[in-house]
Amino acid sequence: MFLIKSITKFGKYLCLMQRVMSLPERWRMFFKQYIKEMSTLGVDSIGIVLLISFFIGAVICIQIKLNIASSWMPTMVTGYTTREIMLLEFSSSIMCLILAGKVGSNIASEIGTMRVTQQIDALEIMGINSASFIILPKIAGLVTMIPMLVIFSIVFGLVGAYTTACAGVISVEDLTVGIQYDFNQWYVFASIIKSIVFAFIISSVSSFHGYFVEGGSFDVGKASTNAVVSSSMLILFADIFLTQLLA
Amino acid sequence: MIELVNLHKSFGDKEVLKGISTQFADGKTNLIIGQSGSGKTVLMKNIVGLFTPEQGQILYDGRDFVRMTQKERVMLRREMGMIFQAAALFDSMSVLENVMFPLDMFSDMNREDRIKRAKFCLERVNLKGAEEKFPGEISGGMQKRVAIARAIALNPKYLFCDEPNSGLDPKTSLVIDDLIHGITQEYNMTTIINTHDMNSVMGIGEHIIYIYEGELEWTGTKHDVMSSTNERLTSFIFASDMLRKVRDANK
Repeated sequence: MFLIKSITKFGKYLCLMQRVMSLPERWRMFFKQYIKEMSTLGVDSIGIVLLISFFIGAVICIQIKLNIASSWMPTMVTGYTTREIMLLEFSSSIMCLILAGKVGSNIASEIGTMRVTQQIDALEIMGINSASFIILPKIAGLVTMIPMLVIFSIVFGLVGAYTTACAGVISVEDLTVGIQYDFNQWYVFASIIKSIVFAFIISSVSSFHGYFVEGGSFDVGKASTNAVVSSSMLILFADIFLTQLLA
Repeated sequence: MIELVNLHKSFGDKEVLKGISTQFADGKTNLIIGQSGSGKTVLMKNIVGLFTPEQGQILYDGRDFVRMTQKERVMLRREMGMIFQAAALFDSMSVLENVMFPLDMFSDMNREDRIKRAKFCLERVNLKGAEEKFPGEISGGMQKRVAIARAIALNPKYLFCDEPNSGLDPKTSLVIDDLIHGITQEYNMTTIINTHDMNSVMGIGEHIIYIYEGELEWTGTKHDVMSSTNERLTSFIFASDMLRKVRDANK
């Protein structure tokens, strides 16, 4: 029963995506929506991304120093490990998990409210492909903005680590050497590629949950929660495959 | 002209529409009346294509809506305007942007002309000066009027109204009824209104169909309502104490 339900849901998701991935009817309206979504989903998330990345960067640096660094380890290990964690996992995967909570619930509740207040029906009556009109700019907006958020997250994580160094947890020289040690540019690109896939998951899955809401405000809330849970789980699954694929 | 032929619609085991056949006259205000749960909204949603009937035909000037290709449906929908029960205005847009929306999507006018047309429609519904307000900042009656302005922005051939008076006081309801009726005559549209408001029935009901438990029970005009001998219709119409007294006084 669960399997049939899941397959049916996945089929419904694919059908929705087929409708979403059609050319916009009016490019002028699409770009207007696209810019708005970049601002709502991307620019408005910069604050939380910077804040969390800064503190996580600082905490990782302190934890590594306290738990791993010893006289057997090179002094630059703290900087090196902090950079690798930020670059490989935190700034792409964990940050996207956080964004799934913020952006995912925002998307699901916005589209769900449009559904229950018949705004989607109004679009359909006008002869507009409502799925494409509402969802495509959201997917495009978040996918466009996510690489920028990843870069900001990496930079602010390292700024957080430097702040602990300035506070005397480790020396600034050791941290600098560690951060520069054996740097592989590919990791930055891999992180961005992962985040783009995650951005697609967050925006499309959350839109799916919002678009098919039936009922009232209670159901919008439920759809919002389901959107966050589903997106987070899919991000975690996708992370395993992508990490292996991009290694 | 819109014609329904043997329309059936079910949800699971429950048959909501049981073979409805009727015609809606051109250039007239057609009313669908019936008790809550009788299938009025389902019927309207079938007519506008939000639901697909299991059986039957929905003919727009002889063209069957159910069997149209997606492209033909889209083209036909551009000739439709609809006013929803809750107005269904776009929250993120101002009143002017809401009215301009269909023009932005489908007209080739330049921006200046689109603004001019939107302002003209707002003036037509007596909403001059509310252009910059957002739907959340205006009353329910004003929202309905914005919805009417949006619906007529592209000069539609067909206008559909799903309980346009719900949640409004009697005075505002009359204003909305007069507006819809006036616009119908002005633009020679085929208007279909879903309602259980007796003021609307007696005021603007040029052609009325009464639905009872998913079946077409009675057809007539507002003048026929008072003299009808159909028991189900009279018990529905004269459920209001006041209307009963009016009828008795007329006798």
